[in-house]
Amino acid sequence: MTVLGLVRRGRRGVAVGAVVLGLLGCLVGAGRGTAQPAVAGRPVSEDAVTAVASRLRCVVCQNLSVADSPSETARQMRDVIREQLVAGRTPAEVNQYFVERYGEWVLLVPPARGFNLVLWALPFLGLVGGLGAVLVAVRRWSRRSPVRETAHPAPAPADRERIRAELERLRD
Amino acid sequence: MTPRLRWLVPLAALPLLALLAYAFRTDPRAIPSPLVGRPAAAFALTTFDGKPLDLAAFRGQVVVLNFWASWCVPACYDEAPALESTWRASQGRGLVVVGVAIQDAAEASRGFIRRFGLSFPNAPDPRGKVSIDYGVYGVPETFVIDRRGTIRAKHVGAVTADTLRASAEPLLTESP
Repeated sequence: MTVLGLVRRGRRGVAVGAVVLGLLGCLVGAGRGTAQPAVAGRPVSEDAVTAVASRLRCVVCQNLSVADSPSETARQMRDVIREQLVAGRTPAEVNQYFVERYGEWVLLVPPARGFNLVLWALPFLGLVGGLGAVLVAVRRWSRRSPVRETAHPAPAPADRERIRAELERLRD
Repeated sequence: MTPRLRWLVPLAALPLLALLAYAFRTDPRAIPSPLVGRPAAAFALTTFDGKPLDLAAFRGQVVVLNFWASWCVPACYDEAPALESTWRASQGRGLVVVGVAIQDAAEASRGFIRRFGLSFPNAPDPRGKVSIDYGVYGVPETFVIDRRGTIRAKHVGAVTADTLRASAEPLLTESP
Protein backbone atom coordinates (compact mmCIF):
# COMPACT_ATOMS: atom_id res chain seq x y z
CA MET A 1 0.00 0.00 0.00
CA THR A 2 1.36 3.40 -0.96
CA VAL A 3 1.70 6.38 1.34
CA LEU A 4 -1.05 8.06 -0.68
CA GLY A 5 -3.28 5.10 -0.03
CA LEU A 6 -2.61 5.42 3.67
CA VAL A 7 -3.28 9.16 3.60
CA ARG A 8 -6.60 8.41 1.93
CA ARG A 9 -7.49 6.12 4.82
CA GLY A 10 -7.76 9.20 7.05
CA ARG A 11 -11.06 10.94 7.61
CA ARG A 12 -11.95 14.21 5.96
CA GLY A 13 -10.94 17.51 7.48
CA VAL A 14 -7.57 16.28 8.62
CA ALA A 15 -5.21 19.13 7.94
CA VAL A 16 -3.03 19.68 10.98
CA GLY A 17 0.32 17.95 10.78
CA ALA A 18 0.19 16.37 14.22
CA VAL A 19 -3.22 14.86 13.57
CA VAL A 20 -2.12 13.54 10.18
CA LEU A 21 0.97 11.96 11.70
CA GLY A 22 -1.05 10.48 14.56
CA LEU A 23 -3.58 9.02 12.15
CA LEU A 24 -0.85 7.68 9.90
CA GLY A 25 0.63 5.92 12.88
CA CYS A 26 -2.69 4.22 13.68
CA LEU A 27 -3.50 3.49 10.07
CA VAL A 28 -0.22 1.84 9.23
CA GLY A 29 -1.28 -0.79 11.72
CA ALA A 30 -4.82 -0.95 10.33
CA GLY A 31 -3.45 -1.18 6.80
CA ARG A 32 -1.33 -4.19 7.68
CA GLY A 33 -4.39 -5.91 9.08
CA THR A 34 -6.43 -5.64 5.89
CA ALA A 35 -3.61 -6.19 3.39
CA GLN A 36 -4.11 -9.94 3.23
CA PRO A 37 -3.81 -11.69 -0.10
CA ALA A 38 -7.17 -11.45 -1.86
CA VAL A 39 -9.04 -14.71 -2.15
CA ALA A 40 -12.16 -14.71 -4.32
CA GLY A 41 -15.31 -15.47 -2.39
CA ARG A 42 -13.75 -15.00 1.03
CA PRO A 43 -16.03 -13.61 3.72
CA VAL A 44 -15.78 -9.84 4.02
CA SER A 45 -16.44 -8.13 7.34
CA GLU A 46 -18.72 -5.11 7.60
CA ASP A 47 -15.71 -3.23 9.00
CA ALA A 48 -13.85 -3.78 5.74
CA VAL A 49 -16.83 -2.44 3.76
CA THR A 50 -17.14 0.56 6.11
CA ALA A 51 -13.41 1.27 5.80
CA VAL A 52 -13.77 1.67 2.04
CA ALA A 53 -17.15 3.43 2.26
CA SER A 54 -15.90 6.02 4.76
CA ARG A 55 -13.36 7.23 2.23
CA LEU A 56 -15.94 7.72 -0.53
CA ARG A 57 -18.27 10.65 -0.87
CA CYS A 58 -21.98 9.89 -0.94
CA VAL A 59 -22.82 11.25 -4.39
CA VAL A 60 -26.32 12.46 -3.54
CA CYS A 61 -25.34 14.14 -0.25
CA GLN A 62 -23.37 17.18 0.76
CA ASN A 63 -20.24 16.29 2.72
CA LEU A 64 -21.32 12.84 3.87
CA SER A 65 -19.43 9.63 3.32
CA VAL A 66 -20.96 6.52 1.79
CA ALA A 67 -20.53 4.90 5.22
CA ASP A 68 -22.42 7.66 7.06
CA SER A 69 -25.27 8.36 4.64
CA PRO A 70 -28.62 6.61 5.14
CA SER A 71 -29.60 7.29 1.51
CA GLU A 72 -30.64 4.57 -0.93
CA THR A 73 -27.77 5.48 -3.26
CA ALA A 74 -25.21 5.09 -0.47
CA ARG A 75 -26.74 1.73 0.49
CA GLN A 76 -26.42 0.55 -3.11
CA MET A 77 -22.83 1.81 -3.24
CA ARG A 78 -22.04 -0.15 -0.06
CA ASP A 79 -23.52 -3.24 -1.74
CA VAL A 80 -21.23 -2.71 -4.72
CA ILE A 81 -18.22 -2.27 -2.39
CA ARG A 82 -19.10 -5.48 -0.54
CA GLU A 83 -19.57 -7.45 -3.76
CA GLN A 84 -16.24 -6.29 -5.15
CA LEU A 85 -14.39 -7.08 -1.91
CA VAL A 86 -15.99 -10.54 -1.86
CA ALA A 87 -14.91 -10.98 -5.48
CA GLY A 88 -11.35 -10.47 -4.27
CA ARG A 89 -10.70 -6.87 -5.23
CA THR A 90 -8.45 -4.86 -2.92
CA PRO A 91 -9.78 -1.68 -1.23
CA ALA A 92 -7.50 0.35 -3.54
CA GLU A 93 -9.06 -1.31 -6.58
CA VAL A 94 -12.57 -0.61 -5.30
CA ASN A 95 -11.56 3.03 -4.76
CA GLN A 96 -10.28 3.13 -8.34
CA TYR A 97 -13.59 1.69 -9.63
CA PHE A 98 -15.48 4.64 -8.16
CA VAL A 99 -12.86 7.21 -9.22
CA GLU A 100 -13.13 5.97 -12.83
CA ARG A 101 -16.89 6.57 -12.78
CA TYR A 102 -17.34 9.61 -10.56
CA GLY A 103 -13.91 11.24 -10.85
CA GLU A 104 -11.52 12.14 -8.07
CA TRP A 105 -14.39 14.17 -6.62
CA VAL A 106 -15.72 10.97 -5.05
CA LEU A 107 -12.71 10.71 -2.70
CA LEU A 108 -13.29 12.44 0.63
CA VAL A 109 -9.55 12.83 1.16
CA PRO A 110 -8.17 13.98 -2.17
CA PRO A 111 -4.73 12.63 -3.10
CA ALA A 112 -1.90 15.12 -2.57
CA ARG A 113 -0.93 15.93 -6.15
CA GLY A 114 -1.59 18.59 -8.77
CA PHE A 115 -3.91 21.42 -7.75
CA ASN A 116 -4.87 19.42 -4.62
CA LEU A 117 -1.43 20.24 -3.21
CA VAL A 118 -2.76 23.74 -2.47
CA LEU A 119 -5.25 22.16 -0.08
CA TRP A 120 -2.54 20.19 1.70
CA ALA A 121 0.11 22.92 1.74
CA LEU A 122 -2.03 25.92 2.69
CA PRO A 123 -2.43 25.16 6.44
CA PHE A 124 1.32 24.69 6.81
CA LEU A 125 2.12 27.79 4.74
CA GLY A 126 -0.35 29.70 6.91
CA LEU A 127 1.35 28.42 10.07
CA VAL A 128 4.83 29.39 8.82
CA GLY A 129 3.56 32.75 7.57
CA GLY A 130 1.81 33.45 10.88
CA LEU A 131 4.89 32.60 12.92
CA GLY A 132 6.96 34.84 10.65
CA ALA A 133 4.49 37.70 11.11
CA VAL A 134 4.59 37.27 14.91
CA LEU A 135 8.41 37.30 14.87
CA VAL A 136 8.53 40.49 12.80
CA ALA A 137 5.91 42.16 14.98
CA VAL A 138 7.65 41.24 18.24
CA ARG A 139 10.96 42.55 16.94
CA ARG A 140 9.36 45.82 15.89
CA TRP A 141 7.64 46.27 19.27
CA SER A 142 10.81 45.59 21.23
CA ARG A 143 12.73 48.04 19.04
CA ARG A 144 10.12 50.75 19.44
CA SER A 145 9.81 50.77 23.26
CA PRO A 146 13.11 52.69 24.08
CA VAL A 147 12.14 55.24 21.42
CA ARG A 148 8.86 55.86 23.21
CA GLU A 149 10.60 56.50 26.57
CA THR A 150 12.87 59.18 25.19
CA ALA A 151 9.99 60.68 23.29
CA HIS A 152 8.52 62.06 26.54
CA PRO A 153 10.27 65.32 27.44
CA ALA A 154 11.44 65.64 31.01
CA PRO A 155 9.01 67.72 33.16
CA ALA A 156 9.82 71.37 33.53
CA PRO A 157 11.30 72.41 36.92
CA ALA A 158 7.99 74.06 37.92
CA ASP A 159 6.02 70.87 37.14
CA ARG A 160 8.57 68.76 38.95
CA GLU A 161 8.11 70.95 42.03
CA ARG A 162 4.31 70.61 41.79
CA ILE A 163 4.47 66.80 41.47
CA ARG A 164 6.69 66.65 44.52
CA ALA A 165 4.25 68.86 46.49
CA GLU A 166 1.22 66.79 45.45
CA LEU A 167 2.90 63.51 46.40
CA GLU A 168 3.83 65.03 49.72
CA ARG A 169 0.22 65.98 50.38
CA LEU A 170 -1.01 62.47 49.46
CA ARG A 171 1.43 60.93 51.87
CA ASP A 172 0.15 63.07 54.75
CA MET B 1 7.85 48.98 7.26
CA THR B 2 8.07 52.45 5.82
CA PRO B 3 4.77 54.28 5.34
CA ARG B 4 5.63 54.45 1.63
CA LEU B 5 5.17 50.66 1.33
CA ARG B 6 2.22 50.34 3.71
CA TRP B 7 -0.27 50.33 0.84
CA LEU B 8 1.18 46.93 -0.15
CA VAL B 9 -0.19 45.23 2.99
CA PRO B 10 -3.73 44.61 1.66
CA LEU B 11 -2.13 42.88 -1.35
CA ALA B 12 -1.31 39.98 0.96
CA ALA B 13 -5.03 39.11 0.95
CA LEU B 14 -5.09 38.75 -2.86
CA PRO B 15 -4.02 35.09 -3.11
CA LEU B 16 -6.67 34.11 -0.56
CA LEU B 17 -9.33 36.13 -2.39
CA ALA B 18 -8.33 34.50 -5.67
CA LEU B 19 -8.64 31.02 -4.14
CA LEU B 20 -12.05 31.83 -2.64
CA ALA B 21 -13.23 33.34 -5.92
CA TYR B 22 -12.21 30.17 -7.74
CA ALA B 23 -13.81 27.87 -5.20
CA PHE B 24 -17.10 29.74 -4.86
CA ARG B 25 -17.57 29.84 -8.62
CA THR B 26 -17.51 26.05 -8.84
CA ASP B 27 -20.82 24.32 -8.22
CA PRO B 28 -20.39 21.67 -5.49
CA ARG B 29 -23.18 19.70 -7.16
CA ALA B 30 -21.70 19.70 -10.67
CA ILE B 31 -19.60 16.62 -11.18
CA PRO B 32 -17.54 16.31 -14.35
CA SER B 33 -17.95 12.83 -15.76
CA PRO B 34 -14.74 10.97 -16.52
CA LEU B 35 -16.79 8.55 -18.63
CA VAL B 36 -17.07 10.66 -21.80
CA GLY B 37 -14.77 9.07 -24.37
CA ARG B 38 -14.78 5.74 -22.53
CA PRO B 39 -16.55 2.51 -23.55
CA ALA B 40 -20.12 2.29 -22.27
CA ALA B 41 -20.43 -0.34 -19.55
CA ALA B 42 -22.34 -3.44 -20.63
CA PHE B 43 -25.59 -4.22 -18.88
CA ALA B 44 -28.47 -6.64 -19.27
CA LEU B 45 -31.77 -5.80 -17.59
CA THR B 46 -35.37 -6.89 -17.97
CA THR B 47 -37.86 -4.30 -19.21
CA PHE B 48 -41.11 -3.51 -17.44
CA ASP B 49 -42.75 -5.61 -20.19
CA GLY B 50 -40.60 -8.59 -19.18
CA LYS B 51 -38.37 -8.47 -22.27
CA PRO B 52 -34.57 -8.69 -22.11
CA LEU B 53 -32.76 -5.36 -22.51
CA ASP B 54 -29.09 -5.87 -23.38
CA LEU B 55 -26.99 -2.87 -24.39
CA ALA B 56 -24.84 -5.15 -26.56
CA ALA B 57 -27.89 -5.79 -28.78
CA PHE B 58 -27.71 -2.13 -29.92
CA ARG B 59 -24.07 -2.21 -30.99
CA GLY B 60 -23.77 -0.46 -34.34
CA GLN B 61 -26.53 1.99 -33.44
CA VAL B 62 -26.45 5.31 -31.62
CA VAL B 63 -27.95 4.85 -28.15
CA VAL B 64 -29.52 7.58 -26.03
CA LEU B 65 -29.41 6.09 -22.54
CA ASN B 66 -31.64 7.94 -20.08
CA PHE B 67 -31.70 7.42 -16.31
CA TRP B 68 -34.95 8.56 -14.71
CA ALA B 69 -37.33 8.04 -11.80
CA SER B 70 -41.05 8.68 -11.34
CA TRP B 71 -40.27 10.76 -8.22
CA CYS B 72 -37.96 13.03 -10.20
CA VAL B 73 -40.15 16.13 -10.40
CA PRO B 74 -40.16 18.15 -12.54
CA ALA B 75 -37.05 17.41 -14.65
CA CYS B 76 -37.95 13.82 -15.65
CA TYR B 77 -41.52 14.92 -16.45
CA ASP B 78 -40.20 17.81 -18.53
CA GLU B 79 -37.94 15.65 -20.68
CA ALA B 80 -40.09 12.52 -21.14
CA PRO B 81 -42.00 13.89 -24.18
CA ALA B 82 -38.69 14.91 -25.83
CA LEU B 83 -37.26 11.41 -25.36
CA GLU B 84 -40.43 9.82 -26.80
CA SER B 85 -40.51 12.17 -29.81
CA THR B 86 -36.79 11.57 -30.47
CA TRP B 87 -37.40 7.82 -30.34
CA ARG B 88 -40.37 8.02 -32.72
CA ALA B 89 -38.55 10.30 -35.17
CA SER B 90 -35.48 8.10 -35.25
CA GLN B 91 -37.13 4.75 -36.01
CA GLY B 92 -35.10 2.91 -38.61
CA ARG B 93 -32.35 5.55 -38.66
CA GLY B 94 -29.92 3.74 -36.40
CA LEU B 95 -30.80 5.60 -33.23
CA VAL B 96 -32.44 4.04 -30.19
CA VAL B 97 -33.62 5.50 -26.91
CA VAL B 98 -33.28 3.34 -23.79
CA GLY B 99 -34.63 4.25 -20.36
CA VAL B 100 -33.44 2.96 -16.99
CA ALA B 101 -35.56 3.73 -13.93
CA ILE B 102 -33.47 3.99 -10.77
CA GLN B 103 -34.49 3.80 -7.13
CA ASP B 104 -38.11 3.63 -8.09
CA ALA B 105 -41.09 1.47 -7.16
CA ALA B 106 -42.02 -0.67 -10.18
CA GLU B 107 -45.69 0.37 -10.03
CA ALA B 108 -44.78 4.08 -9.94
CA SER B 109 -42.41 3.59 -12.88
CA ARG B 110 -45.17 1.87 -14.89
CA GLY B 111 -47.49 4.78 -14.11
CA PHE B 112 -44.86 7.20 -15.45
CA ILE B 113 -44.48 5.15 -18.66
CA ARG B 114 -48.28 5.06 -19.16
CA ARG B 115 -48.64 8.77 -18.42
CA PHE B 116 -46.25 9.76 -21.22
CA GLY B 117 -47.06 6.81 -23.50
CA LEU B 118 -43.37 5.87 -23.62
CA SER B 119 -42.82 3.25 -26.34
CA PHE B 120 -39.02 2.90 -26.13
CA PRO B 121 -37.56 0.11 -23.97
CA ASN B 122 -37.54 0.94 -20.28
CA ALA B 123 -36.17 -1.24 -17.49
CA PRO B 124 -35.79 -0.94 -13.73
CA ASP B 125 -32.33 -1.03 -12.15
CA PRO B 126 -33.41 -2.75 -8.93
CA ARG B 127 -30.04 -2.81 -7.18
CA GLY B 128 -28.62 0.36 -8.67
CA LYS B 129 -25.69 -1.44 -10.23
CA VAL B 130 -26.15 -0.02 -13.71
CA SER B 131 -26.52 3.55 -12.44
CA ILE B 132 -23.38 3.23 -10.29
CA ASP B 133 -21.54 1.70 -13.26
CA TYR B 134 -22.44 4.86 -15.20
CA GLY B 135 -21.44 7.18 -12.38
CA VAL B 136 -25.00 8.47 -12.05
CA TYR B 137 -25.47 10.77 -9.07
CA GLY B 138 -28.93 12.09 -9.77
CA VAL B 139 -31.86 11.92 -12.15
CA PRO B 140 -32.27 12.66 -14.91
CA GLU B 141 -28.96 11.94 -16.57
CA THR B 142 -28.64 11.08 -20.24
CA PHE B 143 -25.70 9.43 -22.01
CA VAL B 144 -25.20 9.45 -25.76
CA ILE B 145 -23.34 6.35 -26.96
CA ASP B 146 -21.94 6.13 -30.49
CA ARG B 147 -22.13 3.20 -32.93
CA ARG B 148 -18.87 1.77 -31.60
CA GLY B 149 -20.17 1.72 -28.03
CA THR B 150 -18.22 4.75 -26.77
CA ILE B 151 -19.86 7.31 -24.50
CA ARG B 152 -19.71 10.58 -26.41
CA ALA B 153 -21.79 12.94 -24.28
CA LYS B 154 -23.44 13.20 -20.90
CA HIS B 155 -26.31 15.52 -20.07
CA VAL B 156 -27.31 16.28 -16.50
CA GLY B 157 -30.84 17.53 -15.97
CA ALA B 158 -33.80 17.59 -18.35
CA VAL B 159 -32.87 17.22 -22.01
CA THR B 160 -34.78 18.84 -24.84
CA ALA B 161 -35.41 17.41 -28.30
CA ASP B 162 -32.95 20.01 -29.64
CA THR B 163 -30.19 18.96 -27.21
CA LEU B 164 -30.69 15.32 -28.13
CA ARG B 165 -30.66 16.08 -31.86
CA ALA B 166 -27.51 18.21 -31.54
CA SER B 167 -25.55 15.52 -29.70
CA ALA B 168 -26.93 12.38 -31.41
CA GLU B 169 -27.42 13.40 -35.07
CA PRO B 170 -23.71 13.90 -35.90
CA LEU B 171 -23.01 10.40 -34.59
CA LEU B 172 -25.45 8.87 -37.07
CA THR B 173 -23.15 9.80 -39.98
CA GLU B 174 -20.19 7.98 -38.43
CA SER B 175 -19.39 4.47 -39.61
CA PRO B 176 -19.93 1.72 -37.06
